[in-house]
Amino acid sequence: MDEKGWKEIPIGGLITEAGNAEKYDTGSWRSFKPVMDKDKCINCLFCWIYCPDSSILVSEGKVSGIDYKHCKGCGICAKVCPKKCIEMVKE
Amino acid sequence: MLEAGKDMLETEKCVVKAITGDQAAAEAMRQINPDVVAAYPITPQTEIVMTYSQFVANGLVDTEFIPVESEHSAMSACVGAAAAGARTMTATSANGLALMWEIVYIAASTRLPIVMPLVNRALSAPINIHCDHSDSMGARDSGWIQMYCENAQEVYESIIMAVRIAEHPDVLLPVMVCQDGFITSHAVEGVRIFEDRIVKDFIGSYKALFPLLDVEKPVTYGPLDLQDYYFEHKRQQSEAIKNAIRVIPEIAAEFEKISNKNYGFIEEYQMEDAEIAILALNSTCGTTKAVVDKLRGNGVKAGLLKLRFFRPFPAEKIISSLSKMKAVAILDRSESFSNCGGPVFNEVRSAFYESENTPLITNYIYGLGGRDINTFQIESVYNNLLEIVKQNKVKNLVNYLGVRG
Repeated sequence: MDEKGWKEIPIGGLITEAGNAEKYDTGSWRSFKPVMDKDKCINCLFCWIYCPDSSILVSEGKVSGIDYKHCKGCGICAKVCPKKCIEMVKE
Repeated sequence: MLEAGKDMLETEKCVVKAITGDQAAAEAMRQINPDVVAAYPITPQTEIVMTYSQFVANGLVDTEFIPVESEHSAMSACVGAAAAGARTMTATSANGLALMWEIVYIAASTRLPIVMPLVNRALSAPINIHCDHSDSMGARDSGWIQMYCENAQEVYESIIMAVRIAEHPDVLLPVMVCQDGFITSHAVEGVRIFEDRIVKDFIGSYKALFPLLDVEKPVTYGPLDLQDYYFEHKRQQSEAIKNAIRVIPEIAAEFEKISNKNYGFIEEYQMEDAEIAILALNSTCGTTKAVVDKLRGNGVKAGLLKLRFFRPFPAEKIISSLSKMKAVAILDRSESFSNCGGPVFNEVRSAFYESENTPLITNYIYGLGGRDINTFQIESVYNNLLEIVKQNKVKNLVNYLGVRG
């Protein structure tokens, strides 16, 4: 995301656009990256429920991948996975 | 006498009421009729919210009055209300302002045009309820605009002006309107009060730019702001206070149309041909004017520069007024414990650094904890200025006026 000058942003630290956190690349904060072994995954969706950043992608009721633009690498998904199919790998 | 058929001037439609400085503040608030007032009582400001709560109880205003449990909550409620889009006011003094501290900064940084009468009182310890400016001077870097008032009339009129200054789209900053505790707040004076509709027309209606309650255009107030944007938001605040330098005279000119009074950043009293001058704030200016009159009778070319705004700091106005003087005394009713004099002195002296004509400048710290300042003491300051001119030298940069040795 391009950083804007003081004349271009709303005053007072206000965010005037709903849902624009999506534009913020929080993935750059990550030091460990969740890597999923889809062969072991049973699509229980525990990771999807627990992820605090809505970074587990789901398609037609099945886990389809990880949104690395927003995943901060907290590791909760790896912790809650009953099949231990998510491994946290150093970036 | 009015000519037949000629409209009366708005000022001639005023009624004069015998009221205190606190009641003058409450009277201005009644006419402003803000959407929300959240406040907590503290001496010597109590009479403002007490009087105002009676207006609320008697149905004279439409205000949602929130009697909170502390000043921290008072300013927090004001921030919430102002963010929601309400025209919002509160009032406080000394330790109340100190307890608000965290939110005082948040109000300014979030650019919420809250107006707050502040009745100047000494900060503890030792505990004291009387006037000095340690409370508001401590808040000088909080991002609020600060107006200082000589008497109850100025309190009343400044609060009305403050609403317009605060809400101006190029400013959008909170304003504190200061008066001296007890000296002004509890002394009864004749105050000319406008007809309600004149104030209503002058302030107009308030439409917030980003009201939190506008569900059609959702906004977020107070998000985390780190290394990447915080600095830009502070730069915006600097610009807003700079804009206030332009906006305040525009609003003062509009106010002059209804009041016949020109409230600029400064008021000059007998400065035209003065050679020595005192710069002071609030009620001490009234006492100083009496001394100037006496000295003028004796042929001494004494003058007074009354500072009406400390934020924004009107450096250019001060320089153009004082640079013609031979010697100047800056009166500070607070001590900044820098070992270099009081806050007003430091900023005035700094403003002169690049000026071609700089008078000899000395500082007097006076009146702490409500210690009386009388005409004899002020006369002694002018006498010292005459001595400074004679010697062409400032012997003591920082003096303590009225303290026992």
